[in-house]
Amino acid sequence: MSAMSSAASSLVLHPALILIAGALLLPFLRGTARNIAVLAAPTFALIALWLLPEGRLWEVAWLDYQLAPLSVDKLSRLFATIFLLMAAVGGLFALRQPSKLEVPAAFLYAGAAVGVALAGDLVTVFVFWEVMAVGSTLVLWSANTQAAWAASLRYAMVHLGGGVILFAGVTGHLLATGDASFTRMQPDSIAHWLILIGFLINAGAPPLSAWLPDAYPEASWSGTVFLSAFTTKTAVYVLLRGFPGTEILIWVGLFMVFYGIVYALLENDMRRILAYSIVNQVGFMIAGIGIGTEMALNGAAAHAFTHIIYKALLLMSAGAVLAATNRRKCSELGGLFHSMPITTICGTIGALAISSFPLTSGFISKSMISQAAADGHLQAVWLLLAAASAGVFLHAGIKFPWFVFFQKDSGLRPPDAAGSMRWAMILFAFLCIALGIWPEPLYAILPYAVDYVPYTAAHVLTQLQLLLFSGLAFFVMLNYLKRTPTISLDVDWLYRKPLPVLTRRFGGTLRAILSAGERGVSAVFTGLIGRLESQRGPRGLLRRSRPTGSMALWMMVMLLAYLLFYYLG
Amino acid sequence: MSIAAHLPALQVVVPLLAAPLVVLLRHGGVAFAVVTAAAWAAFATAIGLWLQLGQLDAGGVISYHIGSWPPPWGIEYRVDRLTSFVLLLVSGMAAVVLPYSRVSVLREIPRELHYLYYSMFALCLTGLLGITITGDAFNIFVFLEISSLSSYVLIALGRDRRALTAAFQYLIMGSIGATFIVIGIGFLYLLTGTLNLADMAIRLREVESYRPVLVALAFLTVGISLKLALFPLHQWLPNAYTYAPSAVTAFLAATATKVSVYVLIRFYYTVFGESLVFQKLPLPQIMLWLSLMAMFGASFVAIFKNNLKRLFAYSSVGQIGYITLGLSFDSVNGLTASIVHLFNHGIAKGAIFLLIGGIVASMTTRDAVPPAPTFDRLAGLAKRMPLTCFGIVLAGLSLIGVPGTAGFVTKWYLILAAMERGQWWLVGAIVLSSLLAVAYVWRFVEVAYFHAAPAGSQKNEAPLSMLIPAWLLVIATLWFGLDTSFTVGTAMDAAQELVKIGR
Repeated sequence: MSAMSSAASSLVLHPALILIAGALLLPFLRGTARNIAVLAAPTFALIALWLLPEGRLWEVAWLDYQLAPLSVDKLSRLFATIFLLMAAVGGLFALRQPSKLEVPAAFLYAGAAVGVALAGDLVTVFVFWEVMAVGSTLVLWSANTQAAWAASLRYAMVHLGGGVILFAGVTGHLLATGDASFTRMQPDSIAHWLILIGFLINAGAPPLSAWLPDAYPEASWSGTVFLSAFTTKTAVYVLLRGFPGTEILIWVGLFMVFYGIVYALLENDMRRILAYSIVNQVGFMIAGIGIGTEMALNGAAAHAFTHIIYKALLLMSAGAVLAATNRRKCSELGGLFHSMPITTICGTIGALAISSFPLTSGFISKSMISQAAADGHLQAVWLLLAAASAGVFLHAGIKFPWFVFFQKDSGLRPPDAAGSMRWAMILFAFLCIALGIWPEPLYAILPYAVDYVPYTAAHVLTQLQLLLFSGLAFFVMLNYLKRTPTISLDVDWLYRKPLPVLTRRFGGTLRAILSAGERGVSAVFTGLIGRLESQRGPRGLLRRSRPTGSMALWMMVMLLAYLLFYYLG
Repeated sequence: MSIAAHLPALQVVVPLLAAPLVVLLRHGGVAFAVVTAAAWAAFATAIGLWLQLGQLDAGGVISYHIGSWPPPWGIEYRVDRLTSFVLLLVSGMAAVVLPYSRVSVLREIPRELHYLYYSMFALCLTGLLGITITGDAFNIFVFLEISSLSSYVLIALGRDRRALTAAFQYLIMGSIGATFIVIGIGFLYLLTGTLNLADMAIRLREVESYRPVLVALAFLTVGISLKLALFPLHQWLPNAYTYAPSAVTAFLAATATKVSVYVLIRFYYTVFGESLVFQKLPLPQIMLWLSLMAMFGASFVAIFKNNLKRLFAYSSVGQIGYITLGLSFDSVNGLTASIVHLFNHGIAKGAIFLLIGGIVASMTTRDAVPPAPTFDRLAGLAKRMPLTCFGIVLAGLSLIGVPGTAGFVTKWYLILAAMERGQWWLVGAIVLSSLLAVAYVWRFVEVAYFHAAPAGSQKNEAPLSMLIPAWLLVIATLWFGLDTSFTVGTAMDAAQELVKIGR
């Protein structure tokens, strides 16, 4: 790689590399030093990020292309900020995680996500994309259970497959344009479609949404918190940068929104509920990207920002419950507010934020997307988004806290979460409320100038009505929503069940056919060789020193073949 | 005259003189010092030639007349971009492998044979450098025999008695191959009356339509195909690589087949000319299909091998498929991919075999037959030999062609070449074949990292004198994955020169 473009740029530190360096250092530290390092690495990276000026800071020549591994603008700084914030608070939450692999893996993962956000070219995006897949798989592994191992393999398959598709797309793009820089694209060629598909796979888009709820809930109590934040949101980021205003994204997004709601309503496992609701929330963002106006893009970016915070908060509260009770099914939990007040309060704040309750962060971001739909005269989209907002309240806003913390008393009285976990939750709960009351700092760092006032009477009233009625619906239909320990089928069933069965059932047949074919072919050849032997050479010579004999034979065959082809050619 | 003017001759003469000197001295330690010094001198000479060439204009050639007999009567040593690139690879590998040999040879070869090992190594190096640098067809054959005969001995030196059969088989097959080559050269001599390659190329134009030219081409193609282990003429390779002492495997895997590819490129482009070989004859198609069979067949077989050395030996056959695939495209990009892969695969495979040598050394007790590095002995190896295992994984990534490693650069140019010709299915095939490499590298990762180590095993890392050379190559695979100015730059220049000459 050639030297950095200018002497000054070598002084600039890459925030992603700071975090990754921290990740590599962590395994060698113990005790207090490790705890300090866990908090310091993302903090330093955050400081480094905000010291960076805007523009293409590192330029590097690779093959025939000009790469920019560090390139900053408002959008990338926004996403890098939230990723680093998430890494810091997630690290705080996971301080008591006994697995020594998880936090380093999570930092590698987070660092790669930051790397994607700060990449100015597609090659760098792809490299960090793959590092992200590796990091997240390691986070899953560190749960150290059989289920997590199996889930991690399926997860890695999907993501490596997605990586190959993305790579094919990037290659095609480079060949067609000769330019590696990551700018806005149109889905107008095979290469761009492949890039779009690669991005969407990580976003959890249909038909492969199932990898997300399949894998995330199998991580450890703290691992899921990390997982929820990075993969899907980097996908949102790259879509925001690469494909804003691509109409098909509206419909993909809406599908994800409803897919998430339906499955979350059917689900019993608390963390799976939240995993489905990630798909649902990312659906909102992707729909916003599809709408593509400045307001919608701002909304999608802001929603990604707030979503990371409240979704992490929800999963932290679920993780705290899991760590305390070792149970994850709604039907086995309930009444935990008696002994876990802080977790209950924080979880509830997260639930309110995800339902976009006024005065929470969800309200100030999601409403921008709906507003953009209304401004763009996309009535159908607006209506569907409004309906979906009600649905979110049902599955995540009420269902999760109600079944876990309230409803019938399960008799469990676990102690409240430990200090580091509590502080992490309080920090994010505070951010949920603070951003809800005082959204200006967030609006100020959005990619476009914000001309939107969330707290108008109309907005607040509409949202309250929506929430009120869906809340009413929840309690009226409570009996139908009571969860029984069932399993919901999804696309992943196809590759989890019938495929192995097919392989088991027909693998034998296939093997038999193949080996029969092999025998047949080798019989023909042995026959040939045998005849040659009996005619041309002392019998048994070829068989005794087989490699030599068959090699000599092959030489003759090749020579004759070449001669034949040459004379004919 | 200054030394600088005689560098082409010194390139070959220094290691050639080291060989008999070592036999006369008959002492392992001294032999090691002498041959290592000779190899380093050869490497320095190669660098010197490289620098001299850099001062010439594009397409410049250093021509050296042995004994001041001008060509085409005398023997000419001729250095162009491609020659210089291969000389650097061969002498560089020797310079890395020899310091490594010291400990490896102590464990794997009986003490009284050590001096022979170094002597043969020097001869083998002489042969390989000679083939590369000479501009004379018969000289190529002579050096080919020097390198082949010495490599038969090198393979047979180990304590494992199966090495004897492997070497014997290789001897028979290699001799058949060499015979084919000499027949091919004989035909060319009959037709043109000259042995100088450049002169031969000019005279061949006049007799191009004669059928014996095609016979010569066929004999040379088949003979060299055997030497470079092109599928299906690869059968000598797995046994030879598996049973040879580790240092020998590493050196041969990184250089011997690569030099044969060089000879093939020389004959195709410089002597016969691109238009005859690639445009009038169906050779590209044949080569394409053989390459594909190597890429898929050999890599597939590799997945099921239990001996690590044998696994990577089959992987070599598969990787050679990439090199010949690049040739079959008959384009600058394809040729660039081939030439770059000579280097990239050489260093990656060299690193892997050196590291495997470390594993073998750690398992060998003094004066016993070294045990085969089979998977059941490697369980949990990453705990015992973390650096060795990590190195194999990194070099393995290069075999797969992961971006950021040298292997990726090759695949990139292969894909470019395939796209240029609109053969999209080939792009798919190249990517698909990488998955096979994932499978065999993963087998190692799974056993070394995820299987429990046998109880009571302790950390037992290879000695530094083995680790440092191996890791130098590992770092080189990463370095040349990022900084491609040397490898791709040279290969591209060389490819353009060749295509220009060939037309």
